[in-house]
Amino acid sequence: MLKGVSMAIDAGETLALTGESGSGKSTLLHIAAGLESADAGRVSVDGLELSTLDDAQRANLRKGTIGIVFQQFNLIPSLTVSANIAFQARLAGKTNTPQTTELAERLGLSDHLNKYPEALSGGQQQRVAIARTLAARPKIVLADEPTGNLDEATAALVLTSMLDLVGETGATLIVATHSMRTAERLDRRVHLSGGVLA
Amino acid sequence: MTRTVLTALLALLSHWRRHRLQLLTCIGGLAIATALWSGVQAINAEARASYDAAASTLSEGQFDQLLPRANDTIALGTYVALRRNGWLVSPVIEGRLNGVRLIGLDPLTSPHGLSGVQLDEDVPLPDFLGGGAIFATREAAAQLDTELPVEVSPNLAPGIAVTDIGIAQDLLGQRGLTRLIVIETQPANRPRLSEIAPQLRLLPTQQTADLGEMTASFHLNLTAFGLLSFAVGIFIVHSTIGLAFEQRRAMIRTLRALGVSLRAVIVATVIEMVILAMFGATIGIALGYIIAAALLPDVAATLRGLYGADVTGTLQLRADWWLSGFAIAFAGTAVAATGKLWQIASMPILAGGRAQAWAVRTCRARGLQVLAAALLLVGALLLAQFGTGLVAGFTMLGCMLLGAAMALPAFLDSAVRFLEARSQAVKPQWFWADTRQQIPALSLALMALLLAIAANIGVSTMVSSFRVTFIGFLDQRLAPELYVFVEEAEASSAVEAALVANADEVLPLYARRENVEGQLVEIEGIRVGRTYRDNWRFVAAESNVWEQLQRGKAVIANEQFARRVDLWVGDRVQLAGEPRRLAGIVSDYGNPMGQITLGEGFYNALYAEDRALRFGARTADPAALQNMVQSTTGLPDSAFVDQREIRSFSIEVFDRTFTVTGALNILTLTIAAFAMLTSLLTLAELRLPQLAPAWALGLTRRELSRLEMLRTLALAAMVCVLALPLGLALAWVLLNIINVEAFGWRLPMFLFPWDYARLSVLALISAFLATLWPAVRLLRIAPNMLLKVFANES
Amino acid sequence: MKASLLLFVLFFPNLVLAQGFAGMGTDAQGFSVPERGKVFSFPADHGPHPDFRIEWWYLTANLTDEAGDIYGLQWTLFRSALEPTEREGWQSPQIWFAHAAVTTPENHWSTERFARGGIGQAGVTAEPFQAWIDEWHLMGPNFDELELRAFGPDFGYEMRLAAEGPLVFQGDRGYSVKSASGQASYYYSQPFFKIRGTLKLPTGNVAVSGDAWLDREWSSQPLADNQLGWDWFSLSFNSGEKMMGFQLREVGGTSFTAATWITREGETQAYLDGAFAAVPLETTDVEGRSIPTRWRVTLPDKDVDVTVSAINKDAWMNVSIPYWEGPVGISGSRTGSGYLEMTGYE
Repeated sequence: MLKGVSMAIDAGETLALTGESGSGKSTLLHIAAGLESADAGRVSVDGLELSTLDDAQRANLRKGTIGIVFQQFNLIPSLTVSANIAFQARLAGKTNTPQTTELAERLGLSDHLNKYPEALSGGQQQRVAIARTLAARPKIVLADEPTGNLDEATAALVLTSMLDLVGETGATLIVATHSMRTAERLDRRVHLSGGVLA
Repeated sequence: MTRTVLTALLALLSHWRRHRLQLLTCIGGLAIATALWSGVQAINAEARASYDAAASTLSEGQFDQLLPRANDTIALGTYVALRRNGWLVSPVIEGRLNGVRLIGLDPLTSPHGLSGVQLDEDVPLPDFLGGGAIFATREAAAQLDTELPVEVSPNLAPGIAVTDIGIAQDLLGQRGLTRLIVIETQPANRPRLSEIAPQLRLLPTQQTADLGEMTASFHLNLTAFGLLSFAVGIFIVHSTIGLAFEQRRAMIRTLRALGVSLRAVIVATVIEMVILAMFGATIGIALGYIIAAALLPDVAATLRGLYGADVTGTLQLRADWWLSGFAIAFAGTAVAATGKLWQIASMPILAGGRAQAWAVRTCRARGLQVLAAALLLVGALLLAQFGTGLVAGFTMLGCMLLGAAMALPAFLDSAVRFLEARSQAVKPQWFWADTRQQIPALSLALMALLLAIAANIGVSTMVSSFRVTFIGFLDQRLAPELYVFVEEAEASSAVEAALVANADEVLPLYARRENVEGQLVEIEGIRVGRTYRDNWRFVAAESNVWEQLQRGKAVIANEQFARRVDLWVGDRVQLAGEPRRLAGIVSDYGNPMGQITLGEGFYNALYAEDRALRFGARTADPAALQNMVQSTTGLPDSAFVDQREIRSFSIEVFDRTFTVTGALNILTLTIAAFAMLTSLLTLAELRLPQLAPAWALGLTRRELSRLEMLRTLALAAMVCVLALPLGLALAWVLLNIINVEAFGWRLPMFLFPWDYARLSVLALISAFLATLWPAVRLLRIAPNMLLKVFANES
Repeated sequence: MKASLLLFVLFFPNLVLAQGFAGMGTDAQGFSVPERGKVFSFPADHGPHPDFRIEWWYLTANLTDEAGDIYGLQWTLFRSALEPTEREGWQSPQIWFAHAAVTTPENHWSTERFARGGIGQAGVTAEPFQAWIDEWHLMGPNFDELELRAFGPDFGYEMRLAAEGPLVFQGDRGYSVKSASGQASYYYSQPFFKIRGTLKLPTGNVAVSGDAWLDREWSSQPLADNQLGWDWFSLSFNSGEKMMGFQLREVGGTSFTAATWITREGETQAYLDGAFAAVPLETTDVEGRSIPTRWRVTLPDKDVDVTVSAINKDAWMNVSIPYWEGPVGISGSRTGSGYLEMTGYE
């Protein structure tokens, strides 16, 4: 799917990965997150070469270093909003309740903490997913069409909160999106077309 | 690692908190499978222990016994006189003490194991002999209320206490002996009983030996049920655990994406499964205990029927069956979970998040299943053709049942496809297409139903065929209206003369035991006549068999003997040093011994010293005949037996033997219904996306729920259609292979269409009950739940 | 039957036929103890002594039929007491048991019986002499003229015995010492029986005749704690002289031996520990145990240096308390025939 994609991203940079549906944006993000493997080539994160890592080591990387925000939110339906937010931090061993509370507050989720995800709107669910990712303080945040399932107004709000929070933690952010409006708000933009960088 | 596993485990477990009904069905499924298995095991264990205890304590059926002729006790002098004349007998004193049956034995002369008390390091002989100890079960010990030391011995039959004969004498205040047990091997030459102790009569073991065979077949019956319940149980466990996995496939994907390694996922899942299995097994064993306790009175009734003895079967918590309960719960869970874990491990992290995906099995997997089914069925055929022995028989049974179960989804699929193709209107077409989509999801539950129905058809056909055959056999064998038993050879001719003078036909029966072809067999001499010609049915015979028998030289053998020594009509059997032609094979149900029947003249020529000790007499008025014979010969009442008595006793014993079968029938069906209920309930949630469009297109919820019920009933009906031939095949195997291997006779198979119709209706009712709840839930579902399907769609 | 009766051993530790004699009380717990210098009184002493723990009437015979084939025969009645007393009825503490056997070079048949005292099923009376259990008996008007019979499921015998010599007293006038620490029994024999009668074997009846040897022994403490078992020889030489010798095998490979030399006229000469010796020359695997079936037996004082060989190496008494007992042939400095009994082999 991807052919000879080569790029480097600096720490703290925010990058938009744009392209049509099927251009390989998601695949690139999945490879970067260690969820899929590249047929050839190298992906190194924070100096670690991903292709040399086994499942457990990659999982470990996703636990604390790389955070992912999915288009489908991928919340755990049987956990409450607060448990979902705290979930990744707990996995990473970075449980920090005041910070979790603060995140929820800033993302406008304070009133929903004891609800289950199914009771929330799409925008709220995505904010829960963002809070979950950021609560674990990853060095890199990968977001795959994070606003793809949201209406325009909600999308703008969610994006703003995400950019603010990422900016504060100094994490690197890569957002795969087909929306120019979204791409424009990031530091840099890379366009993927037919599996090659344009 | 530990933190990750714990966090993942909590996430997995949170699923159950949100889906309590699923938790209930999952644990319920495990529990019910365990319950059925451990319940049957418990009954088996208890029955085995009970009749071992009963047999060993009571000795009835094991040994010949000497009893006083009059209602009296046996003097010590008589015992000593018998011993000093080479009669190896062992004395028993018996009586009631505080409601407990107290049995006094002489451990020096009693056969080993008779007492049910193992004399070993735990019970040294002096305790028994001189120490005054009494051995009893816990309950009987409490009841005895004696100052003598009472040792608790769980191997004894309930309500029985065993002690040394000297102590029993004192406790019961009785000097005389109640009966004498005749030891199996006796010294070579000893005088006749009538010369030493004419006041005693010999109660031969053969009168009760038949019951041993009944017991064995009762046992086989239970074992078959145990195996079938095991199969059904494994199916249920497999299906519930499988569902639990499928429902959380998306969660597992999320967990992995969030950084839980595959290994951690697996460890967390295994821990979860162990917790579930623990709960399920514990509840199941408790349920099994209840089932067993509820059925045990029937078993006790059976044993009372078999032994005519006090067996108040109380259930004990025996390690072997509750451990086996845990074993099946864990084994079933492990088998089910291993497959699912393997799938998770071999799949890409992000694949297959949607739960419905599991229902659509790949063509390859289905092809493999059909192939496996075909292999199993071919294996069954080969085993039927070439296998020998009981193990091969049971293996064949297993192959056949499993093969049929695995072929079920393909069978249902084709059947539904056929119906779909025949449907013109849109609604039926949608109905069948939708049904077909559901088959994979329901297949395990439907397989369980198939096995349950087939088992019921098979076992009830076997039992009913046995009953029909047995009653027919009794009718032919018990043709004479009156039987007379003579204890002394000297009295034989007088009795015969009295009978001949008064009866329509007299049938003297000569009998002795000889070694023939390496087997201890009973040799019988009979007077060939109208009764035998009219009533005896041959398995195989030459046309002029009775003439040959009458002329001498030729003999008849029973089926057991013929099969054991592998001889058949026309072959020759070595008897009294010469080969004799085998002219007929006769069926002889329930007799453990081989038997060879000769004509009276030939018998007398070979064994001139024998006299007939049994007579059958044909008469219109048995009572009058008995009076006339008694007035001339002075025989006691006990020498006469009315045919009707034997017949009704035999049938009663038979029916008691199989009482428990009926209860188990209902139980297996209930459990199959439960399996269906769990599958349907789980499916209901997953099926909303499929039902919503139909609803949107104008089908009301009432219609939808009615169609759901109809669908389940249609599938159950198709399962019934397949279960009938499978059940009949099962019955055929039980009657023609298992029975022959186990007991040495082949039973003819009878069909009971009425029973099958009743069973099918029962199966449909249980399917209906299983579908009731899901259907009502669908009826009451809020429209916005259906609407949400569209809202969530992406 | 067998399993439960094996426990006889546990229960009757004084049953010296058992292997493993540990725990055997050397104190007599109310039982009488043999004393040196007892004056025997007959016929009373042919009868039972219920105040002693253990007692036996032990008969062995070497027989031949008309064709010259050789046979061995054994008949033994044991008495074992739980208490040093006798009571009427089932409450009796006396237990009787008996062994019978017939041995040929190819076959060995054995059987056993059990009975309680006090009820008449088994017992011994001195005058007239009657020893019986069930239909088996050894009886006659006196101790010199006896009738013998026993039956098993597949063999039996009916014999007549006539004594052609006097009773012989073993050890010191019938006080037979069994260990260095002084355990002893009362022990006398009638080795001069001529025997004749019929063996009932599966192959048919066989008329036989020959010599029989009857041992009478009773005690309450026959073995010492360190003794494992014994090898007992009764040898009849063709010269007409006879010899009884035994060794009690001790822990550590040593043994305690004793012997009695018996002349044609029945005069005796007793030998104390060390004079008599028996050394195994060949062992046979019998029922999973290694049993010596050929021995070198020596009593230098009487010029005895002979090889004693089992007629049938498999003469295993497969009874509740199993042991080896069978006829033997003698070759070497003297020739003849006899009987060998070996107990305590694991």
